[in-house]
Amino acid sequence: MAAAKEIRTKIGSIKNTQKITNAMEMVAASKMRKAQDRMGASRPYAKRIRQVISHVAQGDLEYQHPYLEEREVKSVGIIVVSTDRGLCGGLNINLFKNAISLMKEWTDKGAEVRLATIGKKAESFFGSRGADIRASFNGLGDEPSLSELIGSVSAKLDAYINGEIDKLYLVYNNFVNTMTQKPTAQQLLPLPKDETDEKTYNWDYLYETEPKELLEALLIRYIESQVYQAVVENLACEQAARMVAMKAATDNAGGLIDELQLVYNKARQAAITQELSEICAGAAAV
Amino acid sequence: MAMTVHLDIVSAESEIFSGLVETVQLTGVEGELGIMPGHAPLLTRLIPGTIRFVKQGGKEEVFYVSGGMLEVQPNCVTVLADTVVRADDIDAAEAEEAKRRAAAALHNQESNFDYSAVAAELAEATARIRALQKMRK
Repeated sequence: MAAAKEIRTKIGSIKNTQKITNAMEMVAASKMRKAQDRMGASRPYAKRIRQVISHVAQGDLEYQHPYLEEREVKSVGIIVVSTDRGLCGGLNINLFKNAISLMKEWTDKGAEVRLATIGKKAESFFGSRGADIRASFNGLGDEPSLSELIGSVSAKLDAYINGEIDKLYLVYNNFVNTMTQKPTAQQLLPLPKDETDEKTYNWDYLYETEPKELLEALLIRYIESQVYQAVVENLACEQAARMVAMKAATDNAGGLIDELQLVYNKARQAAITQELSEICAGAAAV
Repeated sequence: MAMTVHLDIVSAESEIFSGLVETVQLTGVEGELGIMPGHAPLLTRLIPGTIRFVKQGGKEEVFYVSGGMLEVQPNCVTVLADTVVRADDIDAAEAEEAKRRAAAALHNQESNFDYSAVAAELAEATARIRALQKMRK
């Protein structure tokens, strides 16, 4: 019966694991709903401000803000938004692959790549690969606040103004639906020009108060809203991916338990049969 | 039919209004603005105040914004607001109380007194009350 006992303890431990993954799935599901609400709430603002910015980028402005001018690219800044915790399937790895191919593209062109990471996973991953991490921010929690993020963002903006970086990208997971999360690389600076619209005439805004201050305020607001949006989307992605991964884990554990139960029953029956035949043989000998 | 322009009002938390309007009136840093369809491109900051617009068909609505940015293009108007409250939802008593509190704080200034913060608070409270009055008219 030694084999049977071993199998029984194994089944017990798998059952425990299954309970944990099942609980994690349910926690992720409820958190995902909240994260999705938060993401949906700030989406319209991010979308409208992107529209306004694309108008601004098209106009011939009297004040050329540094955020608008294309420079020769000597070094590139990338903000990578990842999760703080693991156990969420291939979410982070897919994102990092995307970031790495972007980094490779620029290093092949002879530009330096400087990173800013949001989330523990990106920090440890790129740190161990020896990438040049200039800023990192961890421990966002479930309700990121804009004021916490601003520090790492404004460091990058200053670097852009000082000419330390000539292009700024934002890499994050875009929430398509619960089953699909799409790694996305978005160019933040200089502002991407809308190529599709033919420029028919030259125009400039009427400004109330100085154009410099006005554009500055608008652009900073734009960058902040984009980064915030990326973070909340990534958070919703994290919970969705975790929910799916934990559901798969629970199902797998169920399958494993069934298989082991079968092996256990066979072993038990074999032991009983053997004992019986031994008794019979013993009785016959007497 | 009257000419219309597309108006979008969004705040950081939600989309407030999106649709065709005949005219919009709001408060910019340098005074009240009235925008009709086909306005020249304009960019300005908003101060605490009201947004009043006439929807296609002549129905009027009043909102309160606590500040933000305004972008005008000939065929669309975008308000990127900090916070927006529909004028119906403003609590009159609460707004009066906030105004009274801010005014009182302005009068008895203490050593660690932040003038600009209190002045902004007062301006916001006043703008809320004005939004209410405008709507009731």
